[in-house]
Amino acid sequence: MTMKRLLTAAIALLAAQAALAGVRIEHWVAPGGARVYFVESRVLPILDVQVDFAAGSMFDPPGKSGTASLTRSALSLGAGKLDETAIAEQMADIGASLGGSADNDRASISVRTLAAPEKRNAALDVLRTVLHAPRFEAAIFEREKARTISALKEALTRPDSIASKAFWGAMYPDHPYGRQASPESVASLTRDDLAAFHARYYTAANASITLVGDISRSEAERIAEAIAAGLPKGSAAILPAAPQPTAGKTVKLEHPASQAHIHIGLPAIERGNPDFFPLVVGNYTLGGGGFVSRLMKEVRDKRGYAYSVSSYFNPLRQPGPFQISLQTKRSQAGEAIKVTRDVLDGFLQQGPSEEELAAAKANLTGSFPLRLDSNRKILDNVAVIGFYGLPLDYLDHYQEKVRAVTVDDIKRAFSRYVRPADLITVTVAAD
Amino acid sequence: MRMRHLLTLFLLPGLLTAALANPYETTLKNGLRIIVKEDRRAPTVAQMVWYRIGSMDEVDGASGVAHVLEHMMFKGTPSVGPGEFNKLVAAAGGRDNAFTSRDYTAYFQQVPKEKLAEMMRLEADRMRHLNVDPKEFAQEIKVVMEERRMRTDDNPQSRLFEQMNAVAFQAHPYRRPIIGWMNDLETMTAADAKSWYDTWYVPNNAYVVIVGDVDHREVFALAEKYYGVLESRALPVRKPQVEPAQEGTRRVNVKAPAELPVLIMGYKAPVLRDVEKDSDPYALTMLAAVLDGHDAARLTRKLVREDKVALSVGIDYDSTARGPGMIYLHGSPSAGRTVADLETALRAEITRIQKDGISEQELKRARAQLVAAQIYKLDSMFGQAMEIGQTESAGIPYQKIDRMLEKLQQVTAAEVQAVAKKYFSDDTLTIGVLDPQPLDSKARRAAVAARH
Repeated sequence: MTMKRLLTAAIALLAAQAALAGVRIEHWVAPGGARVYFVESRVLPILDVQVDFAAGSMFDPPGKSGTASLTRSALSLGAGKLDETAIAEQMADIGASLGGSADNDRASISVRTLAAPEKRNAALDVLRTVLHAPRFEAAIFEREKARTISALKEALTRPDSIASKAFWGAMYPDHPYGRQASPESVASLTRDDLAAFHARYYTAANASITLVGDISRSEAERIAEAIAAGLPKGSAAILPAAPQPTAGKTVKLEHPASQAHIHIGLPAIERGNPDFFPLVVGNYTLGGGGFVSRLMKEVRDKRGYAYSVSSYFNPLRQPGPFQISLQTKRSQAGEAIKVTRDVLDGFLQQGPSEEELAAAKANLTGSFPLRLDSNRKILDNVAVIGFYGLPLDYLDHYQEKVRAVTVDDIKRAFSRYVRPADLITVTVAAD
Repeated sequence: MRMRHLLTLFLLPGLLTAALANPYETTLKNGLRIIVKEDRRAPTVAQMVWYRIGSMDEVDGASGVAHVLEHMMFKGTPSVGPGEFNKLVAAAGGRDNAFTSRDYTAYFQQVPKEKLAEMMRLEADRMRHLNVDPKEFAQEIKVVMEERRMRTDDNPQSRLFEQMNAVAFQAHPYRRPIIGWMNDLETMTAADAKSWYDTWYVPNNAYVVIVGDVDHREVFALAEKYYGVLESRALPVRKPQVEPAQEGTRRVNVKAPAELPVLIMGYKAPVLRDVEKDSDPYALTMLAAVLDGHDAARLTRKLVREDKVALSVGIDYDSTARGPGMIYLHGSPSAGRTVADLETALRAEITRIQKDGISEQELKRARAQLVAAQIYKLDSMFGQAMEIGQTESAGIPYQKIDRMLEKLQQVTAAEVQAVAKKYFSDDTLTIGVLDPQPLDSKARRAAVAARH
């Protein structure tokens, strides 16, 4: 290594350290309309690239639940000139890997590779091929369909899966978030359904591309452009009507398990909602703060009712759930629900104490560096910012927004979004 | 080798050669070892305290006590009240938890770097001053029973694995589940937990691993201040409890509510004792990578993708452990295929390697993944602390981690074939089968009650 290169490395290093103090996100729009988000990080010779499409299960055509998920998983099972074996072997040969899956909102595909040009170019070649030219071969599709149906049948025997499915179904009776893949819906799918879904949603206008790692801005521009250029321009996904509030109810399902699985909640907030900070800060005290939350103290520490009990907000493109979850010995499910509801009701009336609020703020601001201390975590955060269109300075202002929250803000926000009369309670295997 | 230069610069600017010493180690007078890996990429740090005590050190009738004690470690000392430990970590902006394995019990905190001293103070305090209050114990043992219900009793795969180990091992304590048998939990007392703590929680039975944005000299000084004052105590002799040679296939069936059958084939296998002299554990690791290291590795390619006899299939082998090793093949048969079909197919793959070996290309691919993984692992400080801690827990010095990777790189195709012949033997095989049962034997429809 020459002296000049040593110096370059040292300077790059300092830049990277500075960037980590507050992640510097560079943003531009690639030809075709794909939005690009880039964080240069020279600390390790690694490159992560993630491409997100508004192509999650909320866009499953009616009656065809499972389309989004199967489409995403089929991408790497044959594309262009590469069959499924060649795709896996080419990535393994250079120590790279493909990742990602489809959730309610997003279909993601990501690649992690060594940043050296010969490695990353080979990995990105595969990424572009699977994005641009998936084959959706009929024989492979039938095989994956059969595997998916078996896995869904297995899930229908598990108390946790049954509870989750019933909970989402009850919260979203008339919205796609409540519709989930079933053995029957998947059995009705054809490979043409997947190809049509891909053609509609895997487009430049519907994509955000996130790059984190050991490349320059100009290299990032070239990589993003090549990814976007091979996608049809298309148009952004059209959202369904927002979910409507539904009246609270209780759903009780039988199961032979030794523990009851319990969910309590309702649709609450979407990504970017201005009440996000009061709700998250408040929820820390209620059930988000791990071992120090009120739910943990009352349900687990004082009574030994559960190993895990928590509450959280899951903001999605459209209002996602507020949810309390626990598992307890089936004979004491009624008691555990009563204690949980008492904790929730007390919190809704009083909010956190000033002392609890200070503790919540101390943890949420103090732990901020832990959210960003690896490329992987930076990628996850920046991809969410990009996909949901959050402000680019979201991370820069995170701590001050936490600090600004008051007890009154929390009470007002909770009373708006967590309405006791609208709570859905689902139990599986409760006596 | 840009990577090495970058890291060197990064870790110790101006002291290029000194970086080779990273991680750094010191041993306090009480026998506590402190291992520090400086990693300046972000202003955070992970502290892990590892105790050389796990479920394998328990005795019959007290299974699960190592894990129960792990829970009790959060229940207070004379200077830190019950639940205060978590509160103080949370106030510091930290995350903390703990885990118990067959071989060790470990506790960790991830915090902003300024908070490390306080975390060390807290861990030192509970290393020798824990209260095991009977009232706290009475609540916490219920929590552990709920944990057992969640992780094992209601999880058919876990129940199968628990039964497999109970059959595969007879003399060695690996036969007992880490979480403990339910009846042992029901009869456990606070005194059992206290006695466990008093016997094993001493500095000379522990080591501390710290990875993050720290100066090792400052950490050593803090360690002296907080941990240095703790007294060591002689440990009881641990008997080896060597598992006698298995001489014939063992089978175990577990019936549980489920849809899919599961097959596990577990073969007795060696683990690494001597990094230089041993060779088979390295070859078995590469064998596992060739069989199951990526989406188109042998097992998935042949059994799931080509022959469609399995819905999923995999292999598990851990080359380091305090106790005896196993190599497990596992999977679920496709709809319309049986566990017997899957067993036949897995055996055919084993025979194929025994007879024809593996290709140079397959080995080269496994090596490339190994090299890349060594760089990717640097993306997580916690992951690096785990690697050091786990290696040490098996009695292998962390300084040998790089040497072990070199040895893995040197494994030949002939060695892989040789270990396949040597260890995939019916005489040391244990077969476990999950036999799925309908959710409700009376086949009554699940009642749905809706109340508005």
